[in-house]
Amino acid sequence: MNPISRRKLILGGFAAAAGAGGLAAADRLARRYGLIPPDSGGFYGPGETLTYACQRLLTARMPTREFPRSMISKNPFANEVQPPTEQFKRLQANGFRDWRLVVDGTVARPLVLSLADLKSMPVRSQITEVACEEGWSYVAEWIGTPLSSVLREAGALPQSRYVVYYGVEKWAWESIDIAEAMHPYTLVTMGMNDGDLPVPFGGPLRLRVPRQLGYKNLKYLHHITVTDNIRKFGQGLGSIDPETGYAWYGGI
Amino acid sequence: MPVLSPVEKVKKRRHSGIVRVTHWLTFIAFVALLISGGEIVISHPRFYWGEEGNVNTKPLIVLPIPASRDTVPTGYNYVMPDQNGWSRYLHFEAAWVAVLTGLLYFVYGIASGHFREKLFPKRRDWTWRAYRDRLAKYLHGSWSDGDDGFSYNILQQTTYLFVIFVLFPLIIWTGLAMSPSFTSAFPATASLLGGRQSARTIHFLVSWLLLLFLVVHVAMVSLSGFRRRMWAMIVGTSRKSEEVK
Repeated sequence: MNPISRRKLILGGFAAAAGAGGLAAADRLARRYGLIPPDSGGFYGPGETLTYACQRLLTARMPTREFPRSMISKNPFANEVQPPTEQFKRLQANGFRDWRLVVDGTVARPLVLSLADLKSMPVRSQITEVACEEGWSYVAEWIGTPLSSVLREAGALPQSRYVVYYGVEKWAWESIDIAEAMHPYTLVTMGMNDGDLPVPFGGPLRLRVPRQLGYKNLKYLHHITVTDNIRKFGQGLGSIDPETGYAWYGGI
Repeated sequence: MPVLSPVEKVKKRRHSGIVRVTHWLTFIAFVALLISGGEIVISHPRFYWGEEGNVNTKPLIVLPIPASRDTVPTGYNYVMPDQNGWSRYLHFEAAWVAVLTGLLYFVYGIASGHFREKLFPKRRDWTWRAYRDRLAKYLHGSWSDGDDGFSYNILQQTTYLFVIFVLFPLIIWTGLAMSPSFTSAFPATASLLGGRQSARTIHFLVSWLLLLFLVVHVAMVSLSGFRRRMWAMIVGTSRKSEEVK
């Protein structure tokens, strides 16, 4: 073995050790600061992790884009998912008076809230855009209670890291990280454009997450579970999205 | 076998290691972006101008193809297979590869003098006459400049500079303008372009320009000697000089 290749070998070894050490340190830091999305495995994991980590560092505390009233869409597109079930129709016939939002998980005081309960909490209105992963979008005014108010009311415990939420259909479940959940623009939405939220748009209750794509904005919201361990839900990938091939993080 | 001194090696080297590695990484990322981008477009093959745009609003461009979602009225009685999930994962991962590769290339291009020496035209060459003369040579079927591709002519320089400093930044900007989180932090990314849908439309049109560049680039490489040019971009040296030694 000539001296140059030996030197190269030693240097290469040092470089590899430093690289591996650096990666391990980066991994530990990333986990500590919650920069790893639940769907960080597999071939697309590195890209997804980079996107999520950058957005967490860059935009987690930023507001969202708001629009003047004049930009509210004249013909918003509801993108109706499927005909409501019999149970849903019975609740609708009664003006959703018996609609309940359950809040449980890592909270001090689990809640069961009616629409009237939600309306009695601080309500805010915001004009934001719904952007679908397909490419289309519309702007509307959304009226509701910030999710952060609901979580404070329930007394979310300090170890809480994710908020899992369900629609009326069992398969429809989503989650967002606690930063997005506590974001003032993340809204438990009851109203749209000065009226009640229409059923095709997710009424009576929809979680508006305006800083993420449409599919994170679950319609017919009826159950919220705060958790410190997202792995316990479904296949452990954070939501139904990665189970059907889509990214968990909808902020891109 | 005669051994080339380091000086001779440098002299014979047509593309540096960084240029070759970033070239092929960009190529791989671009193909992935093109395929996945095409799949994403199929889910809503309509384009709009301004902030909002959906099936209830007037489109600017309607592609004459079926969609992969049944909510889009296309006039076809057929819904294409839906490939949006993996396409989106791949699109954003490939975008990272392209952007990080581009950053490496950009820093190298400035630090090494690559941009200054090879891509920026010399002031005296930067005339309409030079463009006209080189274009006339191409039209007469003269594909090479006689120095085996060791330097670029004014048309090549202009094209490369346009792709590197106009099209690439524009496609990254318009891509970011479609991210709901990124625009929440930097609203001007979208509003300066006229809105989210304008950004999407520009993104689509720029991808066509980049595809046009790819097609012309490969055609020119083929016309001026595909194997030698490929050899230079893979191995870095001129194949002829290798054969000579």
